[in-house]
Amino acid sequence: MNIHEYQAKEIFREHGIPVPAGEVATTPEEAEKIAARFGTEVVVKAQVHAGGRGKAGGVKLAATPAEAREAAEKILGMEIKGLTVQKVLVSPAEDIKHEAYVGAIVDRSSGAVVLMASPEGGIDIEEVAAKTPELIFKEKVDPRYGLLSHQAQRLGYKLYAGDPGRARQAADMIQKLYDSMIDAGASLIEINPLITTGSGELKAIDAKMNIDDNELFRRKEIAEYRDVESEAPEEVAARAKDLTYIKLDGNVGCCVNGAGLAMATMDLVKYYGGEPANFLDIGGSSSPEKVVTALQIITSDPGVKSILFNIFGGITRCDDVANGIVEATKGIELRVPITIRLTGTNEEEAVKILEGAGFSAMTDMDEAVQKAVALATN
Amino acid sequence: MAIFADSGTRVVVQGITGRDGSFHSRQMMEYGTQVVAGVTPGKGGQKFDDRVPVFDTVEEAVREEGATASVIYVPAAFAAAAICEAADSGVKLVVCISEGIPVLDMLKVVPYVEDQGARLIGPNCPGMISPGQTKLGIIPGQIVEPGPVGVVSRSGTLTYEVVWKLTCAGLGQSSCVGIGGDPVIGTNFIDCLSAFEQDSQTEAIVLIGEIGGTDEQDAALYIKDHLSKPVVGFVAGQTAPPGRRMGHAGAIISGSSGTAEEKIATFRENGVEVAERPADVPEIIAQALNG
Repeated sequence: MNIHEYQAKEIFREHGIPVPAGEVATTPEEAEKIAARFGTEVVVKAQVHAGGRGKAGGVKLAATPAEAREAAEKILGMEIKGLTVQKVLVSPAEDIKHEAYVGAIVDRSSGAVVLMASPEGGIDIEEVAAKTPELIFKEKVDPRYGLLSHQAQRLGYKLYAGDPGRARQAADMIQKLYDSMIDAGASLIEINPLITTGSGELKAIDAKMNIDDNELFRRKEIAEYRDVESEAPEEVAARAKDLTYIKLDGNVGCCVNGAGLAMATMDLVKYYGGEPANFLDIGGSSSPEKVVTALQIITSDPGVKSILFNIFGGITRCDDVANGIVEATKGIELRVPITIRLTGTNEEEAVKILEGAGFSAMTDMDEAVQKAVALATN
Repeated sequence: MAIFADSGTRVVVQGITGRDGSFHSRQMMEYGTQVVAGVTPGKGGQKFDDRVPVFDTVEEAVREEGATASVIYVPAAFAAAAICEAADSGVKLVVCISEGIPVLDMLKVVPYVEDQGARLIGPNCPGMISPGQTKLGIIPGQIVEPGPVGVVSRSGTLTYEVVWKLTCAGLGQSSCVGIGGDPVIGTNFIDCLSAFEQDSQTEAIVLIGEIGGTDEQDAALYIKDHLSKPVVGFVAGQTAPPGRRMGHAGAIISGSSGTAEEKIATFRENGVEVAERPADVPEIIAQALNG
């Protein structure tokens, strides 16, 4: 789960990481009032769960409250990577003398949290990493001991060589950043940029945190940060039924059990000349109700010209899926054709259920995908 | 032969009285797995299906019934503890089917299991099956046949698809291992490749990967340097959307975007043939076996 910058900054504040003041506005009027209260130049920033927001025009400087209002007017309602901006964060603009990068991530290949720091922070940090990897400094954390203070110090001195005052400030901040990550159950945490102000202070003027979904059951206060209004509505509906759905711009709606098979099915749609309209994983133990929800979500997408079910029964029982399809299509006329491929657990019962309701079922994945693609393009 | 588990493996099921645990314990026994004990804390002294003794702890299951491997079907909140308990009780193989374990917990669990000298498969995986001998997990028994092909995969149902196609083409399997899709797991591709290389039954290997991370790239380099047996790769997710990626840390640390294209290219650069469709796997394997 991604949380917003202003939420991550709340967590930072609780842990003693210096962040600028800031308030959230949902209307241009609110943004104007907040800017007037600060009485200085402000920065208005889109709060949206998508990277590259600065490059998309979602961050603007405003010298006066009237300008803050104008900036908010432009940013609120803006679409960034398919998500509509619903909130902006208004903060006093900072006097920036230097930008560094500090982040931490759960690294798959070393099986550990790795902290990273670079004196060359800012929006081009990935380019810095690619072209001058010697400017990225890393510390791997042994989970048995946590981040040791000498590791934080080492990073601090690498960030600000020759400036012990800032190096010590940075070491303290890096320790607190690691603590924030562990306390919030984050799999990624990032300050970019970590700025040095004109008076030599360090401040986190941006904050990114990605919370491991598996942590939410034991961190209720973090789970409450979820902002469903800022998520795609179909994805919210899917999650409520334990489905994973991601909308794409294709013509073949896909409903599959298991993420790997779902991706392989989408690839095969493309292979045979179609375009997948979505990723949809109905998961392991699928009940008929899940299938009903899945079909509703897929059919609500006007781009879908043909629907493909691809089920390899293991834990998933084919008869459950068949019952779900029959249930979901009762009383409504499907506006697009449906192709069903089922094989595995309770396949024969499923075929009987489907045939009883006037559907036919296939057993081969390639044949089913070819048929669904043909139906979508005719 | 087979890798990691065979007909001699004595299995304790943690969570045997639960909904998933009881269903899959019966399926495993039907397949021929020696399920010698179950563990559900608080239900020690009962019998599962009137024949399998249930204990409060894994330690008792090892002491009383000689369990050598554990399969875990417990809720996410208890799964990390269950893995550590199994490893600490002397079983040599721990297969964790349960999903939803926080990754920060797994960072501690993986080195702990290693320190006890045990192997962990998973979590969040379908487990493994050595056709004709034993199955530890949820891979459907009816889709496999004994034979010369080793299969290792990050996914669940996609593995079934590929294995079923192999079986239909008359190409049986030595062992099929689903290593799980979580970011931090016990056994990885390289562990399985190395075991298949050592296994006398295995003559060719299928590796099924997907987008994310660099495990496939690491496997490709390992294959080039260490494997004499042919390996066929498949990577799912060529049409997966790039996503609304937040933050830069992932790209900085791996120097990789984790895309299917990149993984496929790395396989090919290192001499690993890649199937375009799951349906192409059997033919490539058959050629490798005959060639």
